[in-house]
Amino acid sequence: MVTYVFLVAAVVAVVFSLVTIAHRNPVVNVLSLAIVFFALSAIYAVVGMDFLAAIQLIVYSGAVLVLFLFVIMLLNIRSVERLGSGRPLQAALGAAAAIAVGVAIVLVIGKQAPTFGSLLPGTGKGTAFAIGRSLMTTHLFPFEFISVLLLAALIGALVLARKEER
Amino acid sequence: MWAEIIVTLIKLAVVIGVLFTTVPIMVWVERRGSALIQDRLGPNRVGPWGLLQPVVDAVKLLTKENLIPEGVNKLFYLLAPAIALVVALSTFIVVPFGSDPGLKLFGHAVNGFIVAPGLNLGILYVFAIASFGVYSIVLAGWSSDNKYSLLGGVRSSAQMISYELAMTIAVVGVLMASSSFRLDTIVTDQAGTWFGFLPRWNVFPQLIGAITFVVAAFAETNRLPFDLPEAEAELVAGYHTEYSSMKFASFFMSEYMNMVTSSALIVILFFGGWTLPGVAAPTGWAGAIFSIVVFSLKVAFFLWFFVWVRWTLPRFRFDQLMGLGWKVMVPLSVLNFVWVGVAMALRIL
Amino acid sequence: MSPATIIPIPHTWVLALSAVLFVIGTIGVLLRRNGIAIFLSLEIMLNSANLAFVAFALQFAAGRSIAVALTGQLFVFFIIGIAAAEAAVGLALFIALHRLRETIDVDRFNILRW
Repeated sequence: MVTYVFLVAAVVAVVFSLVTIAHRNPVVNVLSLAIVFFALSAIYAVVGMDFLAAIQLIVYSGAVLVLFLFVIMLLNIRSVERLGSGRPLQAALGAAAAIAVGVAIVLVIGKQAPTFGSLLPGTGKGTAFAIGRSLMTTHLFPFEFISVLLLAALIGALVLARKEER
Repeated sequence: MWAEIIVTLIKLAVVIGVLFTTVPIMVWVERRGSALIQDRLGPNRVGPWGLLQPVVDAVKLLTKENLIPEGVNKLFYLLAPAIALVVALSTFIVVPFGSDPGLKLFGHAVNGFIVAPGLNLGILYVFAIASFGVYSIVLAGWSSDNKYSLLGGVRSSAQMISYELAMTIAVVGVLMASSSFRLDTIVTDQAGTWFGFLPRWNVFPQLIGAITFVVAAFAETNRLPFDLPEAEAELVAGYHTEYSSMKFASFFMSEYMNMVTSSALIVILFFGGWTLPGVAAPTGWAGAIFSIVVFSLKVAFFLWFFVWVRWTLPRFRFDQLMGLGWKVMVPLSVLNFVWVGVAMALRIL
Repeated sequence: MSPATIIPIPHTWVLALSAVLFVIGTIGVLLRRNGIAIFLSLEIMLNSANLAFVAFALQFAAGRSIAVALTGQLFVFFIIGIAAAEAAVGLALFIALHRLRETIDVDRFNILRW
């Protein structure tokens, strides 16, 4: 059951991420990315990372992608006039390099012995408690650092997007 | 195994049935309620007190021509109302609607009056699924190829993100007090009284959080005074201008179902769910039915509150809406969150 | 409940999926000229990194519980935070650029100042 969910989610993720990069309509791109995120969230859920799955949906689908849609509709971006960069040689070389790297990675992965994670009893409360505790103890510095980063991004976005008084 | 499936199916059927029957009842309440508030009579021709009016409306909507305007993006145009309904129906499965003192049905434990009893995520699941609701409005607005619809969609995307923030932070206070995401745990945590007379409901220590949550719930369900995405005075009907017959009805029904879910969440998070201090609840099935009735009455009050507010307050302007969301609601919810933290550290909560 | 429920997904599968998604994202960044599409491809790449961290969390959860092998999951949180910040700044940038040039085709932004 878990295996089938993973396989279906994996296929869905790959197919819709291809749609994300290949379709000319920006709204279609955003929506297929939402489906990719949903599939990834399903994968997180079946391997027992329930809190992660919820956060993935709430932050990515609920906030980040809606922001993308908002900008697309605000700027009224219609379908792009042309697909591709107009430089076929460079494009082919880039894609070939990317695929080569991917093949290399998969070959390296194939050499690894597959390991299986496990869910122990007594973790019925889900992973949220352990994650919260860890954020407040061992990973306190990165946690605080992320909040500073988000504040900086907030101010930066405001400064960039506001209209200049002329 | 089979008993478990049957019990779950029965719960599902009950939840879906209740959600779908609440819609016509709420339509009637809304129309008669608005008439009451505006000193009119309201629908009173079909059936006693106009009670059958929603039935007639439903027949009208079902038999209307299924119109798809020219120039729409067909896939997304048809997808949008479906998303609205699916989201509205599937958020309710983690909402517990009655207390279960270990009852059995067909030799299998009822496992609480909640469709998905094993889900630890509780309120997070509701937020995760509800975050897809905004897509239906944005897609409807965008695919309709109509400037009013597009404006409605743009407005709703900004509005939903802004108020979701305040809503989530307001909930964090409750989650801290109960240290659980599970809605049934949150309810049982609120049983009993303070000082012997004040119910142990979260609304008393966290009044600011409760107010923020209720306001944000109004904004998330696109109800007046925050119904900017459809604002009929300026945008015709906003995002569903181009929708007719059952496609329009899907948006309409999902709005009322979201109201039911929001009211249920308000009751569970801040008003003690089915707990009623001072009344000795009966045991066994009678106790379960008693708790369900108490819960339904509380939810019904908040549904009426939604109607009451709608016909009392005027609509905000969009800049006022965003200003209220970011400059008032978010700071207030943070204040509530800080207060709960301090109170818990001082052991007075 | 048995003492330990094994998750029947080897971490190598998750890693492979992550690699495939990363390649797709890279190709998107290299081939698309629409700014929004480039950003979406970047999001795919960030998510494939997330998936890789999840795979490593699974690997280190072997014989232990997923609720104990936390570091991988925490990295995913931090990446989600960074992705949110990146999306906010990036979209603000595109709004500013669109105001100047009425387009978000990145090939049109080829001079240093105007």
